[in-house]
Formats: sequence, C-alpha cells, structure tokens
Amino acid sequence: MAPISYHLILSGILFTIGVMGVLLRRNTIIIFMAIELMLNAVNLSFVALARHLGSMDGQLIVLFVMAVAAAEAAVGLAIILMVFRNKETINADELKLMRW
Amino acid sequence: MDLLTFFMLAVPLVLFAAVVILHPSPVYSAMSLVVVMSFLALYFFFLDAHMLGWFQIIVYAGSIMVLFLFVIMLLNLQNDPQEHQQPSLRTASRIGGAVLIAELVFLFSRSSSSEKAAAELPEGFGTVVALSEKLFTDFLIPFEITSILLLIAAVGAVVLAKR
Repeated sequence: MAPISYHLILSGILFTIGVMGVLLRRNTIIIFMAIELMLNAVNLSFVALARHLGSMDGQLIVLFVMAVAAAEAAVGLAIILMVFRNKETINADELKLMRW
Repeated sequence: MDLLTFFMLAVPLVLFAAVVILHPSPVYSAMSLVVVMSFLALYFFFLDAHMLGWFQIIVYAGSIMVLFLFVIMLLNLQNDPQEHQQPSLRTASRIGGAVLIAELVFLFSRSSSSEKAAAELPEGFGTVVALSEKLFTDFLIPFEITSILLLIAAVGAVVLAKR
C-alpha cells in the first residue's frame, strides 16, 4: 500500500509544475493548460484523501471541480479567441490593455 | 494501490506534466496534457473512484482537450513567436518553483511519521449508486447551482464568440 503522503507529494509536485508553467510561459493557451494541470493536482489529493478517510465527500467535490473547469475552459477559450481576433497575438507580454 | 503501481503511474504523470509546460509547440503540450489526464483517470481507478475515472476521461481528456486543440488549430500558431520575456521573470519563476518544492519536502519531513491506516471502505465505495445517492441528497443545492453555472458559461461563450 502506498501511504497517503505519497499521493499528496505527487499532487504537490504536479501543482508546482502547473505554477511554474504559468510563470514561465507567455503563450496564453499554455498558461491555460497549466491552470488545468493545477486543478487536476488538487483533484488528485481530494480523491486520495477520500479513499484514505473512507468518505465520498471528496469525490463529490472533485465532480464539482470538473464542472467548473469545463465552464472555465469554454469561457476562457472564447476570450482567447476574441483577443486574438482584435490584437492578432496571444502573447501575454503584449496584452497590456488591463495592466498599468 | 501498491508501491509498484504508484510509481508506474507517478513517474509518467510528472514527466508528461513537465512536457506540457516545456515543449515549445502548443499542439505537443495539448497532446501530453491528454496523456496526463488519462494517467490520472487510471490513478482514480486504483483509488476506488471508478465513476470519477470515467468522468475524467470523458470531461477532461474528451471535451476540454478537444476544445483546446480546436482553438489551437483555429488560431494556427505554427510559428510560435519565440517567447521573449524579461530574464528577471524567468529566474523569479525558477526560484519560486524551487521554494515551493523545498517547502513541500520540509513540511512532509516534519509531519508525524506515525500514519493512521486507511479507513475501512463502506460497501460500494466510488460506484455510480453511492455517488449519485449522495449527489442528489446531501449535495443537491450545489448540484443545481452547478447546472446554472454551466448554462451561464455556455451562453457567455456563445455571446463572446459571436461579438
């Protein structure tokens, strides 16, 4: 049996990779994928803890996280499409309309 | 899940997650994200979350990643403008990642080593019946709110894309 801390460490590593992706990359779509990666890392720890505690609550929260992630992906990608249509770029360094 | 299974799933997960953020081409990133999602679905099966494993494949590896690939191809970003960014941000992100990992290792080394064994699993843990029974009793209001959220997101995406 792999102890619960192994699952949590793996979840932490995946989350860190997601954070580094958001910080390192300037392509908005890849930043978006890194955010999905972070959401999945959190899902992983929820499922592992649900298994450890023998309670279904963690799995249900993962279900809601998935629904929110789907909504986020639909709206976010629509925004990226709009930005590309107006600015001809999706590089995060060149999008400074809302930055002071 | 025994240790061998854990490492057989964990090593590819970390490797493909690294490919997602390091590969210059967005299409390769998206394809390795599909692999990450599929391995996570396998992981869920081994953690007795059968229904969530299928949801992971259908929702993430299926619909969300198709959406990503669709947008990547619509934008046609072949000549990825080499991502010039300030070197200060680059080093800052490296330091930030290193600090996060170090913090993780530190916290786990300090946590008490005497771990309680996993609890006894109730009958039918992670099955459709158990999941839906809880979903439609204890979590009914969040469930309804989520359906409204999805409706709003769908309408919002259509409005944004049509403008």
